[in-house]
Amino acid sequence: MTHEHAPRVNHRFDSLTINRLGLWLFLVSDASFFIALLSSRFFVSGTHTPEYVDQVLGLGLTILLLISSLSAYRAEALFEHGNIEGAKRMLLATIGMGIVFVFGVAFEWHEAFKHFPPSTGFGTILFTLTGVHVTHVVTGVLTLGFVYFRIRNTTSIGDNQFAVEGAVKWWHFVDVAWVFIYPTLYLLK
Amino acid sequence: MTAFMPLVRGIIYAAIGYAIGAGIALSIATTTGEPSTEPMIVLGFVFAVIGWLMGVGMWTTWGRGWFGKSTTMDITGGWERYLRFNVDHKVIGIQYITSLVVVFLLAGLLAMGMRYELMDAGQNVFTKTTYNTTMSLHGIMMVAVAVAAVMGGFSNYVLPLIIGAEDVAFPRINALSFWVVPPVVVLLLLSPLFGGFDTGWTAYPPLATQTPIGGLLFELAFLTFGISSILGGMNFIATIITQRAPGMTWGRLPIFAWSVLAASVISLTATQWVAYGLLMIIFERIFNMVFFSPPGGNALLYEHVFWFYSHPAVYIMILPAFGAELEIISHFARKPLFAYRWVVRAFALIVFLSFIVWAHHLFTSGMGESLHGPFMILTELISIPTGIVFLSALGTLWRSKLRLKVPLLFALGVVFNFSIGGLTGIFLADVATDIALQDTYFVVAHFHYTIMGGEIFAIFAAGYYWFPKITGRMYNETLGRIHFGLMFLFYNITFLAMFAPGTVGMNRRVAEYPPEFEFMNLITSLAAFALGLSFLPWIYNMLNSWISGPKAADNPWGAKTLEWQTTSPPPLENFDEFPVVTGDAYGYGDESVVHAKFPNSTNAVPAEGD
Repeated sequence: MTHEHAPRVNHRFDSLTINRLGLWLFLVSDASFFIALLSSRFFVSGTHTPEYVDQVLGLGLTILLLISSLSAYRAEALFEHGNIEGAKRMLLATIGMGIVFVFGVAFEWHEAFKHFPPSTGFGTILFTLTGVHVTHVVTGVLTLGFVYFRIRNTTSIGDNQFAVEGAVKWWHFVDVAWVFIYPTLYLLK
Repeated sequence: MTAFMPLVRGIIYAAIGYAIGAGIALSIATTTGEPSTEPMIVLGFVFAVIGWLMGVGMWTTWGRGWFGKSTTMDITGGWERYLRFNVDHKVIGIQYITSLVVVFLLAGLLAMGMRYELMDAGQNVFTKTTYNTTMSLHGIMMVAVAVAAVMGGFSNYVLPLIIGAEDVAFPRINALSFWVVPPVVVLLLLSPLFGGFDTGWTAYPPLATQTPIGGLLFELAFLTFGISSILGGMNFIATIITQRAPGMTWGRLPIFAWSVLAASVISLTATQWVAYGLLMIIFERIFNMVFFSPPGGNALLYEHVFWFYSHPAVYIMILPAFGAELEIISHFARKPLFAYRWVVRAFALIVFLSFIVWAHHLFTSGMGESLHGPFMILTELISIPTGIVFLSALGTLWRSKLRLKVPLLFALGVVFNFSIGGLTGIFLADVATDIALQDTYFVVAHFHYTIMGGEIFAIFAAGYYWFPKITGRMYNETLGRIHFGLMFLFYNITFLAMFAPGTVGMNRRVAEYPPEFEFMNLITSLAAFALGLSFLPWIYNMLNSWISGPKAADNPWGAKTLEWQTTSPPPLENFDEFPVVTGDAYGYGDESVVHAKFPNSTNAVPAEGD
């Protein structure tokens, strides 16, 4: 018995709606994890930000991630209008920016080890916040990569609609999480 | 032997996964020059769980699809379908229930060991560390049973049936949420071999960051269990929102479904907090981070984060128990559920309040004193919605013609026990008395009255109530009554006797205690042994009836809800013909109220009678 048989159901929701709801619930759940994460910043290192924090790098990472959200949005919009080629280009651009972001964080860690290693208060917070977030970024890049290969040979939207939509929504979530992490980590005095 | 193939494959893949993960950690450690076993265990475990899941069947039913390949899903067959990655919610429910019964009995045996040690004041069998490890294991295993037996077990089995659906919204995620449980149990059982953990299930740092490897295994197990809980909560919310049968409006939703929805909201959001708490402990262990130690860190952070989950978690345990209790009382009292709408509002209020009472666990921890007053008042407020649930039970019982079957006996037990648990809770919510009672046997007796007397009794009520539906056979009523009588009597002696030494200051979590508490402890221990023995008729009854009990009718209780309007046990997709809901689920005594109709057949839901 394969999964692809037409299911016999007793409800009025199509699978796209149900999947959307499931993803939103998961985002709510994950958001509460980030709330816990952000609140620990104030507990462990108050509102103090050491002057060694690389403000230029932080701002650059933020801008990069915001632009990647735009390209992810374009990918979804192009895909829904049937422009598979354009969607693939935009997906590639998003994936590329995601990878650059990961390298940016790696560079930041390399520098951070010198001034505030994980055994200091601010180091604990910096490595945890960026570490958890960059793990999310990696899952986002992998998901977008799966979607890229999945729509590779297709000319129709078909059953890939939720794959594209879900991956892009996940990417937006990762960006929004950073929008909260950035001021919490870098901009407090 | 092919039946065991998925399990064998899972174990082999888990071993391979562990080798890969531990190898990666080892190679990182050798390059940075900081060899350590704990990162190897953490990373090895992560890969081992993935290997285990893929091996038991997640790869063939799900994983292949990620790479655009075809997936196969074998959901037919006899007993061997319970030993693999199966997406049928009924199979998953039985998997949960049977696994957790084993965990429950093991944790019960640990309690017997503790009571043996506490029979006299001196230190006999256990050392202080082994006693506390036993206590901690008993705690976390029982918490796992309490969280997952109703939500994972009975909700999985009953919820899709009771709302007239063919399955949950995400069957594969449902199977995933069960199959991460076996690694959790294995880790917990392994932990005593690696030094154990004497922190209690709460795992307070800094002690939790200093325990031997056994402590790390426990923390990983707890964290993994959280994943199961989160995915389960997500699935139940989506199921209740999207999978209801036509006509199943929110106002007609059975109270059990409402209670599962309420508990799922907590499960979905609050569980992330304990995940973060445990992650902080693991990070402090393996990366030397300073969440809880100077400079900057503070152990209070963990207590806040931990109780932000663990206080709401008691409502994950008790809300579905209330739902099952009210469900059973209404069907056996043959009366409409009293104040149905108010109970739903009460559930919503409990969910809301459960998030803003956590700091009553911190009254004696050094938290700012300005927080004492607000948290005392907020905590005491929660007795209002809980009281509404009680009034609903009592109002339904009022002037009813009770059918005193075993499920109802247990449901009445919940009403009795939880009222004691609730009333003794007031003294712990109140700052002045809590400062004296904190960390004494009064607390132990109190939470056993709420969780064991409330929830575990409700689990047994649910177990007897849905036994004929799940197995297709009828349990032995006499043995069930004997079980209830013994369990109810000795349960109450055990824990009532515990209040007395608690009020005069006998500390919990100690193997040795002052001799003046000896007499009450001896009574508690003897009653506890009898309580342990009271489960023997239950085990015999369940096993024997499942194998050779008389065939059960489709609707032996004459209940109106949808799970009784299909065969016992139900077919693969629950209903041979799907129902359309036309009225209230509790319309007893009113012939005009018909809960559901099957449009193509003549059998409407029976209104009255057996």
